[in-house]
Amino acid sequence: MWQALRNELHPKGFELVAVGLDTLGGAGCRAFIEAAKPEHPSLIDQHHVLADLFGVINIPSSVWIDERGMIVRPAEAAPAPPQPTQTAPRINMPSEVPQRFVEMMTEAVKIKSDAPAYHAALRDWVNKGAASRFALSSDEVVKRSRPRDNAKALGHAHFALATQLEMDGHHDAAVHHFREAHRLVPDSWTFRRQAWSLEKIGDGPLARFWQGPQPDAPDAWPYEGDWLGDVRKVGAENYSEPWRP
Amino acid sequence: MLLRSLRVPKSEFEAGTGWTLKPEGACQGDVCIPLSKPAGDPIDVKQVAHDIGMPLVEAPEHGLWALGPASIGSRALASAQAPELRLPDLNGKEFKLSSLRGQKVLLFAWAPY
Repeated sequence: MWQALRNELHPKGFELVAVGLDTLGGAGCRAFIEAAKPEHPSLIDQHHVLADLFGVINIPSSVWIDERGMIVRPAEAAPAPPQPTQTAPRINMPSEVPQRFVEMMTEAVKIKSDAPAYHAALRDWVNKGAASRFALSSDEVVKRSRPRDNAKALGHAHFALATQLEMDGHHDAAVHHFREAHRLVPDSWTFRRQAWSLEKIGDGPLARFWQGPQPDAPDAWPYEGDWLGDVRKVGAENYSEPWRP
Repeated sequence: MLLRSLRVPKSEFEAGTGWTLKPEGACQGDVCIPLSKPAGDPIDVKQVAHDIGMPLVEAPEHGLWALGPASIGSRALASAQAPELRLPDLNGKEFKLSSLRGQKVLLFAWAPY
């Protein structure tokens, strides 16, 4: 999706670094990366170090970094550019789409993003550099980065531990620490969506997108929230924080 | 940051946390926090984590520990200086964000779920 915009801006000294946040690593990300055929670095972040280091709490999101390695815009919602061609792998939908997916898609289309304003701002920064009004001062960058207290920092540690336990095959132990992370960092969508996506429902193409209780065994769901319930609770239109110039 | 031991090489700690250990303390950009004693190498994670205010969660039955990030100034970023980011690509080859100095960079986070 980003390839065309990246190629447009690359000759002006711009590079895109895509980071897939997924504890399943290549097994989870490979099909998407191979379909996108990126010419820019495309990395895998199994422990969500982007959350620790940059305060990423949602996807898709971005951080802008200038030539000197200074952050000029901290983590914020980053709408993808319009898709010129089909770059996502095809998901073969079952002939009968489960009711849950119909409801999830109904919510997903209500998620707001101001892609034209965001991409105009990006082009402005690439062209004008520090003179762009979208390049924030260092004080403003720190001030706009996510609020974090000791409880949240502790939640990040639980999340990191959970990802490694999951990778090592200790799923039940991982769930315990994911739950702690969710309790301590309630504003992180990625911490929740990652954990939900590991509770695969069935083994079809939608297994990781179900992200909620199975209709015939609702009590087996190990988390307080789920995608549909949590999105409805905040309102899909509030899912991404509005982009602020 | 994940740990399999509470004593780790200084370089590993710096790469995992984004904090550089200098004689004047633990630093990120122009922000430095004094340490109660010199960190040495390998470092005593418990001591340094305590000094910087990083929480430690233990799962000793699995031989694992995890360090949470610092929360200096009650924000995710202590400084606008981008921390080093080292992550592998699909082939396991490590990439360093600092290799792109001299270019503008958009770090884009996505997920396949």
